[in-house]
Amino acid sequence: MKIGVLALHGAVIEHIRTLRAIGVEGVPVRLPEDLEGISGLILPGGESTTMRKLVARWDLREPIMALARSGAPILGTCAGMIIVAREISGGEEPVFPLLDVTVERNAFGRQLDSFEIDLPVPILGDRPVHAIFIRAPIIERVGPGVEVLARLPDQRVVAVRQRNVLAISFHPELAGETRFHRLVATMAAEYAEPAEGAGATERRPLGEAM
Amino acid sequence: MTAETSTWATKKGLAQMLKGGVIMDVVTPEHARIAEDAGACAVMALERVPSDIRAAGGVARMSDPAMIEGIMAAVSIPVMAKARIGHFVEAQVLEALGVDYIDESEVLTPADEVNHIDKHQFKVPFVCGCRDLGEALRRISEGAAMIRTKGEAGTGDIVEAVRHIRTLMSDIRRLGSMREDELFVAAKELGAPYDLVKQVHDEGKLPVVNFVAGGIAIPADAALAMQLGAEGVFVGSGVFKSENPARTAEAIVQATLHFDNPKIIAEVSKGLGSPMRGIAAVTIPEAERLAVRGW
Repeated sequence: MKIGVLALHGAVIEHIRTLRAIGVEGVPVRLPEDLEGISGLILPGGESTTMRKLVARWDLREPIMALARSGAPILGTCAGMIIVAREISGGEEPVFPLLDVTVERNAFGRQLDSFEIDLPVPILGDRPVHAIFIRAPIIERVGPGVEVLARLPDQRVVAVRQRNVLAISFHPELAGETRFHRLVATMAAEYAEPAEGAGATERRPLGEAM
Repeated sequence: MTAETSTWATKKGLAQMLKGGVIMDVVTPEHARIAEDAGACAVMALERVPSDIRAAGGVARMSDPAMIEGIMAAVSIPVMAKARIGHFVEAQVLEALGVDYIDESEVLTPADEVNHIDKHQFKVPFVCGCRDLGEALRRISEGAAMIRTKGEAGTGDIVEAVRHIRTLMSDIRRLGSMREDELFVAAKELGAPYDLVKQVHDEGKLPVVNFVAGGIAIPADAALAMQLGAEGVFVGSGVFKSENPARTAEAIVQATLHFDNPKIIAEVSKGLGSPMRGIAAVTIPEAERLAVRGW
């Protein structure tokens, strides 16, 4: 099973290394043909303005929308969150309108306001996530059907999921945090081989080759 | 559960978010918008591009804060600005303006011929130039959260940029091949702190992101820098001294992204008009070379 990382620019190798750490092959995606054979896609941090232009330039919009509609898991971090949002406050056109939320870009200000904090993320267990926010966006409006995964102490929303699409304001790939990637890998495995892990397939005798 | 701002991870992290991208020198808000439209991942706000600084002579200083603010208001991508080597008050001013990164740059006239800025004292992150691994690690030990090889700014001649990235990468490879008991002398010879030398030996790379600067004028130059190991590129005079800045800028962005795909580099290089004329770096007298500033 392979998971793609949109590699137009930004923190690409950090996501590929995080995937490698959990035993999953991450492949850079720069052109539509790179999407072949992948079971999930990570949209990394970087500049959403730059990614928007490059997505259009290399005709990636339609094939990535099709991949998401087919049920493959999509994880957007930071700029990746902005480009999966259905609405961007200020009125910019959405890039991949997959997630029923409104995102505010650079919601905390400029680089001087970038910060780190430990955040509870209940679906990942009791141990908090060390969250690094860099010129980070925030979710202003959460649509129906969107599950909130994490909030800041002031209650602002910084991680959400709607079916197969996850979006987070911060950077697990910079903090050695693998649990979001494990979640995506589990979803990707289910997408690649539906019900493979659900006891629906015949048990193979121990020791028999796959 | 309190938040900590401007940590090492956030300083170094912003540079990680810029990787694979192009940072362009701009002198007006209009230039900044052209750069952003072309797909630049950040802009460097300065009063004159390096080739004009070179032509004008005299003392090159920090830009007018009003001009920097104008550029910050014009674009949503990060804005960097240059301070003179060792001029920590220029850096304080740039931090007060709220720029996203400061370049302690040899392109401006150095303010201190002994000390660089103590960059640990700032909340804003710094990028610094280098010609080799020792210089890179000295800057990192002073607090630089990003490095760029210097090249020779304002020439449009890639030769010095190639020399510097090749030197840096081969220094890193050589360190990686050493026995641990050889690293103490290596640190002495590099003139760099042992801890950083050990880290480069163990990890096989610099502890911070490294871009290439100083001489990129055409898409193939950017791709050359990337194939030699750059994690992104700075383009100074190469964009706005070309015949068609918007197209040149866009083509350099595409060639940086698809640096290992010659067909795409060929396609984006077609019909761009004249690149910046440039001056051969070899003809520049020693006293007028910018790369030798900083140590």
